[in-house]
Amino acid sequence: MEGKSDCMIEINNVTKTYTKGNAKVKALDNVSISAAKGEFVVVKGSSGCGKTTLLLIAGGLLQPDSGSIKINSQEINKLSQENLAEFRADNIGFVFQQYHLIPYLSILENVNIPSLAHQTNNTEARAIELIEDLGLKRRMLHTPAELSAGEKQRTALARALLYDPAVILADEITGNLDEKNALIVLEKLTEYTNSGGTVLLVTHDDKVIKFADRVVELKAEE
Amino acid sequence: MKIGLLVVKEIKRRKLNFSLGLLSVIFAVASVTGALTMLKIHDINSDKLISGKEKETRERLAVLQDDYRKITKKLGFNLLILPEDQNLSDLYADDFAAKLMPESYVDSLANSRSIFIRHLLPSLQEKMIWPEKHRTIILTGIRGEVPFLHKNPKEPIIQAVPKGTIVLGYELHKSMQIKEGDKVTLKGDIFTVRKCNEARGNKDDITVWIALDEAQKILNKEGKINAIQALKCHCAGNSLAAVRDEVHSVLPGTQVIEKGSKVLMRAEARDRAAREALEAIEAEKNHRKSMRKEQEHFASILVPVVLFGSGIWIAFLFIGNVRERKSEIGILRAVGVKEWKIMKLFLLKAVIIGVLGAIAGYFAGLGTGGILGGQFTLKIFDINLLLIVLIFAPILALMAAYVPATIAARQNPANVLREE
Repeated sequence: MEGKSDCMIEINNVTKTYTKGNAKVKALDNVSISAAKGEFVVVKGSSGCGKTTLLLIAGGLLQPDSGSIKINSQEINKLSQENLAEFRADNIGFVFQQYHLIPYLSILENVNIPSLAHQTNNTEARAIELIEDLGLKRRMLHTPAELSAGEKQRTALARALLYDPAVILADEITGNLDEKNALIVLEKLTEYTNSGGTVLLVTHDDKVIKFADRVVELKAEE
Repeated sequence: MKIGLLVVKEIKRRKLNFSLGLLSVIFAVASVTGALTMLKIHDINSDKLISGKEKETRERLAVLQDDYRKITKKLGFNLLILPEDQNLSDLYADDFAAKLMPESYVDSLANSRSIFIRHLLPSLQEKMIWPEKHRTIILTGIRGEVPFLHKNPKEPIIQAVPKGTIVLGYELHKSMQIKEGDKVTLKGDIFTVRKCNEARGNKDDITVWIALDEAQKILNKEGKINAIQALKCHCAGNSLAAVRDEVHSVLPGTQVIEKGSKVLMRAEARDRAAREALEAIEAEKNHRKSMRKEQEHFASILVPVVLFGSGIWIAFLFIGNVRERKSEIGILRAVGVKEWKIMKLFLLKAVIIGVLGAIAGYFAGLGTGGILGGQFTLKIFDINLLLIVLIFAPILALMAAYVPATIAARQNPANVLREE
């Protein structure tokens, strides 16, 4: 799979096998994907084909058995845990299907969470701006339990955008959303790519495709 | 966002977990503080008791000392003036002086201008068989105090036995069932029993006292005596030699010895009383010390057990907390929060538990120790102990939370994010 020039994400020949007891399950077998700066790439595939594994490897949260991953020209699988965490904080935003919001914090505080990973944490104005932008202003001081699924996902997206990362890695982000909320989220991602950000979104949802610059299909091993 | 805000909000969210951890630290600190407070109360009570006893002893000794001073001031030396040729070994062996001297010696001494000698008591003593009763007795003829012509004695020391009367030692009147007022015959002369003495536990118990001239007659030793007692002899610097010199200047053919000193006996009694009091205080001290040892022993077992138990309990609570917060930790790692900061989340919570638990536990322990020790005053408050628990309780909580915090920091976020 070839990418455009000015490559922001380069995943080359990545293989990952999980071991469960004596059984070995190959989640990714020699997979290569790339995404250029400002590109919205959708990785499509059925359940169990390794989409989430690919995303976690791209974000440096999972080590591949082999292959290399370059994000913003940095080969991340060669970084130490400390440097990798720093790199993630500066370059990568994650959005998950299950939102992973912290239940005892308000929406504003949840959006502000990435500031814990930075030396400077005067990001409240930026957080409020994102919250307003994503239509969550009146929910700002609510906790996640008081929000709808769409609102939660918008909160998670705002959190990912707080430091304007170079790359956003999104996992099935429309899976739990109605059409209206899915549209809000995808439009926000498009706006992000238009301003130079790169999105790698894994999904099996066909309605996402029309927002993609490029669609890559990932197939499960037979 | 500050990490402290996250910790405080998490505590507010999971109050039960926090409260159980806090209770554990409170219990541990209260146990330590309670045990140490009870030991402190024990020490305070011991000091109070011992110092009270010491004060009482000091006061009693001061009274004894004063008595001693008064007694010694009044008593002076008790002397025995004997014929020069009297062998002292014989005197001690026979219980009386066998050698004689003229009765006029006592008058010579009384007529002298002696400044040291007072209260002269001439006597004639001889061990003999009381023929009518078939008993060995020491017959003592006494004349009573001989007055100094140049002085005016204020008090006679020993009353003379009036003629025709007899005084009997305890062993004699008791064994012969003689009562005061009875008539007894001694070598053919009839005497009225004037007094039956109480037991004295010495030769006096077999002594018979009669008037000196009657004794001289019975013993065929008219005009003779064998001893002069000189009581309460005073002399500057309590110098026996000076008194002796004075006696010899008047009665050159005599020797002077000091009789068993009452002063010495009283001083010995006083020392004995002091020694017994000190021994009683020492015994009390030892008793208190052994009680303290028992309490220390109990505390030395209780405290480590409680600390260990609390530590384990806190560790389990933190492990539960880590499990509960897996997703939270996963997302924090995903946004780039470093491992040490994840650890800090848990360790900061442990410090809060430690500090709050130390303060609450200290006062709980102080109260419990005070109630159990029976003393609840400001004296039992110990700022140093408070500072120590304020340092060590957070350390205990940190130690207990360290392993769970490490587990939290090192958990693979991908596992959580992939599973959920």
